[in-house]
Amino acid sequence: MSAPTSTITAVTPEGPEVAAAPAKRRRLRFVANPKAATGLVVLAFFCLIAIIGPWIAPFDPSARSSDLIQAPSGKHWFGTTHLGQDIFSQVLVGTRGVMFVGLLAGLVATALSILIGVSAGFLGGAADDSLSALSNVFLVIPALPLIIIVASTIPSAGDLMVALVIGLTSWAWGARVLRAQTLSLRRRDYVEAARATGESTWRIITFEIMPNLTAIIASGFVGTVIFAVMSEITLAFIGISTISEWNWGTILFWAQSQQALAQGAWWWFVPAGLAIAILGTALSLINFGIDEFVSPRLRSSGHTRIKTKDGHSVRMRVGFTPVLSSKQAPVTPVVRREQEEVA
Amino acid sequence: MKAPVLEIKNFHVDYGLGDEAVQAVRDVTLTLHRGEVLGLAGESGSGKSTLAYGVTRLLPPPGVISGGSVVYHPASGDPYDVMALTDAELRAFRWAETSIVFQGAMNSLNPVHKVSTQMLDVIKAHEPQLSPQARIARAQEMLKLVGISADRMDAYPHQLSGGMRQRVMIGMALVLEPQVVIMDEPTTALDVVMQRQILAQLVELRERLGFSVLFITHDLSLLVEFSDRIAIMYGGRIVEEARSKDLYTDSLHPYSEGLLKSFPALRGERRELSGIPGSPPDLRGMPTGCSFHPRCPQAFDRCSTEIPVLGIPSARNDPHRSVACWLPGRTA
Amino acid sequence: MKFLLQRLVFYVFTAWAALTINFFIPRMIPGDPVTSLINKFQGQMSTDAINSLYVLFGLDKNASLWSQYVDYWGQVFRGDLGLSFTFFPTPVAEILRQSLPWTIALVGITTFASFMIGTSLGVLAGWRRGSVMDGLLPVTTFLSSIPYFWLGLLAITLLAGPDSFFPSSGGYEPGLVPSWNAEFIGSAVQHSLLPAITILISSVSGWILTMRNMMVTVASEDYITVAHAKGLPERRVMVSYAARNALLPNVSGFALSLGFIVGGTLLVEIVFSYPGIGYNLFQAVGAKDYPLMQGVFLVITLSVLVANLLADVAYLLLDPRTRKEG
Repeated sequence: MSAPTSTITAVTPEGPEVAAAPAKRRRLRFVANPKAATGLVVLAFFCLIAIIGPWIAPFDPSARSSDLIQAPSGKHWFGTTHLGQDIFSQVLVGTRGVMFVGLLAGLVATALSILIGVSAGFLGGAADDSLSALSNVFLVIPALPLIIIVASTIPSAGDLMVALVIGLTSWAWGARVLRAQTLSLRRRDYVEAARATGESTWRIITFEIMPNLTAIIASGFVGTVIFAVMSEITLAFIGISTISEWNWGTILFWAQSQQALAQGAWWWFVPAGLAIAILGTALSLINFGIDEFVSPRLRSSGHTRIKTKDGHSVRMRVGFTPVLSSKQAPVTPVVRREQEEVA
Repeated sequence: MKAPVLEIKNFHVDYGLGDEAVQAVRDVTLTLHRGEVLGLAGESGSGKSTLAYGVTRLLPPPGVISGGSVVYHPASGDPYDVMALTDAELRAFRWAETSIVFQGAMNSLNPVHKVSTQMLDVIKAHEPQLSPQARIARAQEMLKLVGISADRMDAYPHQLSGGMRQRVMIGMALVLEPQVVIMDEPTTALDVVMQRQILAQLVELRERLGFSVLFITHDLSLLVEFSDRIAIMYGGRIVEEARSKDLYTDSLHPYSEGLLKSFPALRGERRELSGIPGSPPDLRGMPTGCSFHPRCPQAFDRCSTEIPVLGIPSARNDPHRSVACWLPGRTA
Repeated sequence: MKFLLQRLVFYVFTAWAALTINFFIPRMIPGDPVTSLINKFQGQMSTDAINSLYVLFGLDKNASLWSQYVDYWGQVFRGDLGLSFTFFPTPVAEILRQSLPWTIALVGITTFASFMIGTSLGVLAGWRRGSVMDGLLPVTTFLSSIPYFWLGLLAITLLAGPDSFFPSSGGYEPGLVPSWNAEFIGSAVQHSLLPAITILISSVSGWILTMRNMMVTVASEDYITVAHAKGLPERRVMVSYAARNALLPNVSGFALSLGFIVGGTLLVEIVFSYPGIGYNLFQAVGAKDYPLMQGVFLVITLSVLVANLLADVAYLLLDPRTRKEG
């Protein structure tokens, strides 16, 4: 079977002769990619909030007050809950838990996927067969129900526990993609050469293979963080992880269980949900950036409309090469020589 | 002299736009005559494939045609410029008038459709009035001509060998009986025996059907034997054009000479083999003057400053050949 | 056929692995929540029922792990998944039998529809680069980053209500009795619209994006250039040459990501109190109803395996290279 949804494995073939040349000349650095840059800025913002959130929060997120179910106001920017708790403070304080679980689960899953995927791809044979089977099993078994069941059997699962459970169950996708890429790298000439000259397996993996997997590992990490954040919030939302620690899911849990909808308290669930969506979008944007960095062809080319000979504006596309207006044609050497002769 | 069927005039191809544009084909003028085989040779990166794709407007982005015209003379009716055709006209022109056999037979066929489907859809697109039975008969007949039996019609590409796939592609290229067939390294991926077989078949088919061929390859010795005339490309330009036997016995451009010495001749006397030193120029940073001068054993001062113009060599008063070189007796 | 056989062996293996995981998870629960539940219902349960819970949750400390495992398999094959505590004394198998059709109808149909719609839009987006579709991508990315359940909450607030056409919860009008008549089916469809739209909106963009990227990759293949060179109509090149080939990796991707998608869509059932197994899972989690939780996990996993097998059959039909012929 061929590569699944991540297009990053689709190594692009050679174009005709020099087609790739201009792209190479102004090789964009990754951060110069507008999508990746936007994503990174937003991610940095959330990381900052995760660190300073508890200090800048105007209220104790759990502290009750007499302002019950208040709409957003100058005092309570995001309104209050049924107990008069300040939702703005809850969102700020809750960011830390979300980011912590997301990043830790991402790290655990990425480490596992590298270990399993690269070994499977590099070792081949029976080791590959069994490791691939293992990751396929984990891929096919629905991850979220499994996480829900495992987490609910652990009494009062805290952030650390939740992060580990998510990390240990969601490495399979990355492992699969890494295995495929390692397999193709292993067959490349320079790796074969290194093997032939008797370099140690470790050396080959660290110096010849790993550098070429960086983009895939990064995109796998970001993908897992997205999944981990969603899973964690889901666990909190359906009330499995402890509700004593604040995160965005906990806010939604209380909003749902206190019938915020029926009471028309939209402010109770809108901020947390938006925060999740924005964080998720930022992470996806980073991943698009990585994808486009690896295969520049995927870039949604901005400058594709050009003027043609007959004055129409057409889009550059495969199969119908545009003919430029003759004015733009470079001066032919014939003309130049005539000028020289005159001179 | 035979009548022209495809006239390429002052043809330019760029990759990219504006300041980033890389000029891949520059000021190429070349005429393909009715019924002849015109060879186009050069190293990879010389622009020969780009020229072929450009002439048919099949260059993928960021390729653009930045100047020139390609005048096609249909069997009946007035000649027209392919570069001025609308998309619909271009679609009708393609394959029916000019078909192409591409480099990689492996990837030229759609892997998910049967050979017959891919043969029939081209007949259907261009001759919708034909009945389904007539289409099948036409496809079968053409495959038989290229040596594929009718029972392989329903095979999928992966079930055919490389040679068979290329035969299918040639059969497909001829199925509408076009006047011009462009062949871009059609036999490069095949073994030598298969190469010979397919070329022999091609010669026979051409005699029977009378189409003209623009044959692109880096293998000059193949062309010497197989084509009527040869044009040599270097750095996006034509540097020499001559009848095959003239080029073989009396090449005027040092680059042609270098190319001839890079391949063993298939027939005839033995020659000493020697390559051309250096590597083809980078299109992004072309040398000044004659682009071949950094590699040319006979280069002198003028070569690095002025671009030689393609013209009838002053030493051979022969209107059928031209060369672009500053050496004495070459460019007038 | 060899391909299908290989896949079948793999799915049997996965099913075995899932059941084994299911066997071990409750045995790792610290403490004995099930015992305390059994004590709570003391006197209301038959000895048989208690026995089956002992086998499922490994409460019989005297038996060896191996004999527990053998007993467990025997019981699962008989379809005995224990009694649910939430719906005491209904057997878990019975509850799942009632809710599974709802989930298959809602999640199954919408997931498939989302794949079809997203793939078609992705074909257009990938074929016409730089068109309006490319501008839509950021919007769809944002939509796909919204958790399913939150979008559901939003949909209920904005669209559902006492006076609205869309009911905010349930699978059918409360007074109706499930049967195959027009009134009931109409009501069921009406109730499923909002959850279905929610799932569709948040899952469709993933398919748009992967298909777009596959189309862009495939568009540079030689056979696409050949198809253009043949002067075929644009539609034929796009559909029969480009999309047809770009679809293949997307179908296998579809099979592999079913597990992810189904997990997310089950949450929509929770928000809409839809009578499917996702809602069962929610109820079970809330009540620490371990037998029901285990049963739900088992059923979801097996359904995903069956769906995977179907996707493999589709792949087999789409790619002649996997078909072995004489």
